[in-house]
Amino acid sequence: MKLTKAQYDEIAQFLGHVQPTRQSLRKLKEKFPSQSQSTLLSIFSQEYQKQIKRTHAKHHTAEAIETYYQRYLNGVMRNAAAPVLLELANEVDFAPSLMARIVLERFLQEKEQAIPFKTLINSMLRDPSQIPDGVLANQVYQCTVNDCCYGPLVDCIKHAIGHEHEVLLREMLLEKNLSFIAEDQLRAKGYDKTPDFILEVPVAVEGHIIHWIESKASFGDESSHQAYLQDQFWSYWNRFGPGLVIYWYGFIEELDCHRERGILLKDCFPTDIVTLRHSMA
Amino acid sequence: MSLDPGTPTKPSYTRSASLPAESHLVTCANPAKVSCKKQLECLAQLYSLCIAENLVPNIFLELFFVLQLLTSKGTSAAEDEDSDLEVNEGSKDASRRQHFQSVHNCVYFAVQVLDYQYEIISRLEKGTLKLLAENERIASFSPTLHEKLRRAYESSTAKVSLLLPCSVQSVSFQPETDNRSNFPSDRAFHIFKKQRDIFYELLREWEDNHEKTGWDFERVLGNKIRAMMAHLSATCNHSHFARLFQKQLIQMCKGPIGGGASWGDTPDQDVLNMLGSDNLSRLKRLQERFVVPQSIRGPCPPPSFPGCQQFFRDFILSAGSYQFNQHLMDSLCLKILELNGLTLVEHEHGDGEADMDEQDEKKRFTVVLLSLRLLAKFLGFLVFLPYRTMDQPTRDLQDSAVALRNQTLPVLDVLKLLRQSIRDQRSILTIPWIVEYLSLVDHIAPFLDYYRKVFCLLLQVYRLMVLSEDKEMSFLNKLLILAVLGWLFQVPSVPEELFFTTDVRQEGLMMDTATSAQALDSVPLVDQQLLYTCCPYLGELRKLLASFVAGSGAKNGGFIRKITPTAAESLAPKASVTHRKLQVELEQAFFHNQPPSLRRTVEFVAERVGSNCVKHIKATLVAELVQRAEGMLQDKVKEEDANQDKLLEEVCAHLYEEGAQALIKGREFCKKKGPEAIRVLLPEETSAAVLSSAEDIAVELATEKACGWLSANIAALIKREVKATFNRMLKVPGLALPGEDALESRRDCPPGCQHCAPFPSQIINEIKDVLCIAVGPRGEGEVIDYIWLECLLGRLSQTLRCRKFMCPTSEQQLAKCTVELASLLVSDRVPLSLRINSPEKSSERLHVKNNPTYGLLKLLLSVWKEDFGTPVPVQLMFSKKNMGYLAEVQIKRWDLFLFMLHGLVEHELMRTSEIENCLHSLGELPWPSDFLKELEMLSRVFTSEHHREEPRTNPCELTRQPLGTVTAQS
Repeated sequence: MKLTKAQYDEIAQFLGHVQPTRQSLRKLKEKFPSQSQSTLLSIFSQEYQKQIKRTHAKHHTAEAIETYYQRYLNGVMRNAAAPVLLELANEVDFAPSLMARIVLERFLQEKEQAIPFKTLINSMLRDPSQIPDGVLANQVYQCTVNDCCYGPLVDCIKHAIGHEHEVLLREMLLEKNLSFIAEDQLRAKGYDKTPDFILEVPVAVEGHIIHWIESKASFGDESSHQAYLQDQFWSYWNRFGPGLVIYWYGFIEELDCHRERGILLKDCFPTDIVTLRHSMA
Repeated sequence: MSLDPGTPTKPSYTRSASLPAESHLVTCANPAKVSCKKQLECLAQLYSLCIAENLVPNIFLELFFVLQLLTSKGTSAAEDEDSDLEVNEGSKDASRRQHFQSVHNCVYFAVQVLDYQYEIISRLEKGTLKLLAENERIASFSPTLHEKLRRAYESSTAKVSLLLPCSVQSVSFQPETDNRSNFPSDRAFHIFKKQRDIFYELLREWEDNHEKTGWDFERVLGNKIRAMMAHLSATCNHSHFARLFQKQLIQMCKGPIGGGASWGDTPDQDVLNMLGSDNLSRLKRLQERFVVPQSIRGPCPPPSFPGCQQFFRDFILSAGSYQFNQHLMDSLCLKILELNGLTLVEHEHGDGEADMDEQDEKKRFTVVLLSLRLLAKFLGFLVFLPYRTMDQPTRDLQDSAVALRNQTLPVLDVLKLLRQSIRDQRSILTIPWIVEYLSLVDHIAPFLDYYRKVFCLLLQVYRLMVLSEDKEMSFLNKLLILAVLGWLFQVPSVPEELFFTTDVRQEGLMMDTATSAQALDSVPLVDQQLLYTCCPYLGELRKLLASFVAGSGAKNGGFIRKITPTAAESLAPKASVTHRKLQVELEQAFFHNQPPSLRRTVEFVAERVGSNCVKHIKATLVAELVQRAEGMLQDKVKEEDANQDKLLEEVCAHLYEEGAQALIKGREFCKKKGPEAIRVLLPEETSAAVLSSAEDIAVELATEKACGWLSANIAALIKREVKATFNRMLKVPGLALPGEDALESRRDCPPGCQHCAPFPSQIINEIKDVLCIAVGPRGEGEVIDYIWLECLLGRLSQTLRCRKFMCPTSEQQLAKCTVELASLLVSDRVPLSLRINSPEKSSERLHVKNNPTYGLLKLLLSVWKEDFGTPVPVQLMFSKKNMGYLAEVQIKRWDLFLFMLHGLVEHELMRTSEIENCLHSLGELPWPSDFLKELEMLSRVFTSEHHREEPRTNPCELTRQPLGTVTAQS
């Protein structure tokens, strides 16, 4: 679903300072019943991530970390079964999963007397059973399960959604008889940057020639689109020529401004496709 | 009288006499008022002869001057003087007579000369002809010339457009030259990946902004470019970048005005719809008048970098990188030599049949010539860049510089190429690009021994190239050469004395009398479009005439002015040297009497088939071997984590022997594919003997190429591929045992699957919500509906069965989440709500109603066993954290736990001994003492039951009661 900049701004404004919980999501759906759930969730997640990026440093000063850790220790001493970490995160406007990471890191540092490896922390966040302290394990798990924007579970869901849409797109290409080379094949050939699909024979979509298609199972807002342009789309253009990006959860209409230069945006599989005819006979 | 301002680049050619300046009155030229006709006629004849014999440095400069005379204006004051002059004619000294003082005389002289030069003029483009045909002065001074021009205009087809499409297009990524194997290290590869993107970013920025006022290339892009150069130097990637730079240059700048306009021949669909195709050409001409500069700059503008070329020139200047320049020069030289040596014409010209081929050849020639000129210009720019000075150095400086620089060898031996081109009659291709190269000389270079010879030879060519239609060279071919040479002689850094002081006879011109197969000069390849594309300044003639018609004069005037590895050892059977030599000779002889296209075809086929063969071997045999290696490595990696390098070495050594198969397969491939291709590509009428020889040669060449490469590289190739695969195996976390993963991916959907099961992401999301509510915090009265949860597990089962949308990470996450859910269910931490109205149909239902959790656990056990493709980490249920769930609740449901233990064994998800071990280790953790006691008791119950009742029992019946009862019974 394409949104105008104004429509998008209205939603983003509403999202100003919402916590990433089930409850907030429900409210959002009530407020904007005409928008699809996935679109709203995607915008929500992006807006929340922007907010977190802005405040990230503030939560990572030595003082802040120490305060959080002490508050956690005091909290669980009083009642280990209470959602101490989760409430702390909500109180200071920080993502629960990231709060869990801060406290876990601090905990391990004290225990091991050394800065723990990132891989170890990640592995413990993925599987809190590995955390040597039972109470902390529960607290961490509660945070990661309840966070709907960060954390291993959310990452996995996002990955799954991305994969599913790629499969869908592949099906549609097959159905339309458009032969393509998929990303894994391209990598095997040694391409340095690879879109999801390269069309073996280019086609025209809405009058524009395209050589490749990239599937994005998210909403295309300004900042994510800029980042994608920089890291991916222009790089594809630089190697393969013009192409098509499908933002399955919609995008801000005004961003579709590089059509002439060779980057086309759509929120669904295009219907207006013209293919090369091999013979005029 | 005043001439339209226009000053040649060289001061000595200034033709504007000191005349009364501003005058807006155009005097009407009158043939009756012409004085000294006889002398003027004589002068015109002499002057025309100089032009015809190429005794002037630039014939178009002279024609421009003649047109200036034709279009000159006079003041009324000058008019009066004129009449006086006429009266005094006889009394003045002839040499001091001012024959050109009056407009009438000027026009008379000009018309006379134009009549002599009709041959050249009639070949100018149609627009110029039109203006000449409509010129009133010509009409009144020479009705016959007027008539000739009118007819020439009407029959002319020489419409010229200087606007060709140019938009930025990228250079495509080619794995053969661009993938990892072309770089010395991963780092170099990745850095180049970035540089490519930065390069296009710069290009886009330039494209968007360079026309804005105040935008400065160096200020905005300079530092970015230098940072890029530093990165390239650090990884020795200059040659890759130089190649990209050069390809992009050719792609963007082949057009006549160096690109710049974004559309031309391929108009925007919207514009086309709006105007229709008829009006499109008009619109194009209109646009041309906006885009192509209109001010008169004279027929000899100094060399410039118009349009997109500007970007590339400024890039080189801002980069200021010696390494980059050197690599770029290497690359340019190679490409120039390649293009200059192309066979462009293969057909006998003249007979009507070859029309289509002729057209194709002309097109091809145009493309090659324009590319050559572009590359040569940039090469010249780079070669002479270090010596560039603003002004002409003094004589002393010049002498010492000449002495110094005479020692160095030229980067590209243009003298040799020029001589060759004259000998082979290919100067129409070579001279125009050599001119571009030389146009960028610094002030010293023309005085160097080497370049003096080059200029001298060019001068000789110029003098001898008398314009007429003859066998050796067509008229327009000659005209192009004369035009570019004439322009070169006017370039500021080319010394003016060169033309007049050089002894032309120094170097004899060697020309083969027999026309060589590659000869181009005699083929009419140049048309007006190409002539004007190469020499846009010829358009100045038209502008001058047009400005006369407009009556504006020209106040706005300017002045007139990768290397394929080769095998160390050939695979061909080692016949004696003489035998081989004879074979080569026979082969050459075979081609000699065949059309050149046969040889090209054979070489082409051999080249492609050989290359395809290597690709095929890589994709089949090597891929197979790598796959096998993967299997071997998997087994061994599990055994010992010891020495990976050694392991790799061992596995590869195993495969090398089989790699030898590649040669056999390669030979088979070439033998099969070569003849197929030859048969398709050669004419149907080729005789059987010729065909079979051609096939044999192609197969032999292809085999030699392919097998030569393979025998030298197969081992390295296998090793590289196996190593890459191995690294990938080690890198993927959680997938360290790809054996199982591979098993997973091979699983298919059940027969007749419609792929309409819920998406995995959806199910993970829903289970996540359940877990949220279970671990809390939850809202007041927040519960999970039992039926809904049962249904969710049912959908989970469907989702797992359909493999279409499943990926390993999704499945692993689902496995983890469901184990977590099971732990929470067993600990009775999921707030289930039972709907009162749920129909109770069977005893099973009744049973479930009392213990709703049993039903869910059973479902989970079955999904784990039947539907998951990946192993389910059920042992996580025995983790400290998950047992903690059970330890924390007040009323512990040991019956549920025991039920789960039995279920795990029954569904073969865990062995009895494994469970016993887990329970044993759990007993060693610091639990509250009463929990520990109960755990021990449970352990005993489980053990005794399983040892008593093997292999099967009904755990449901046994464990329905709370633990207390169970223990009491045992």
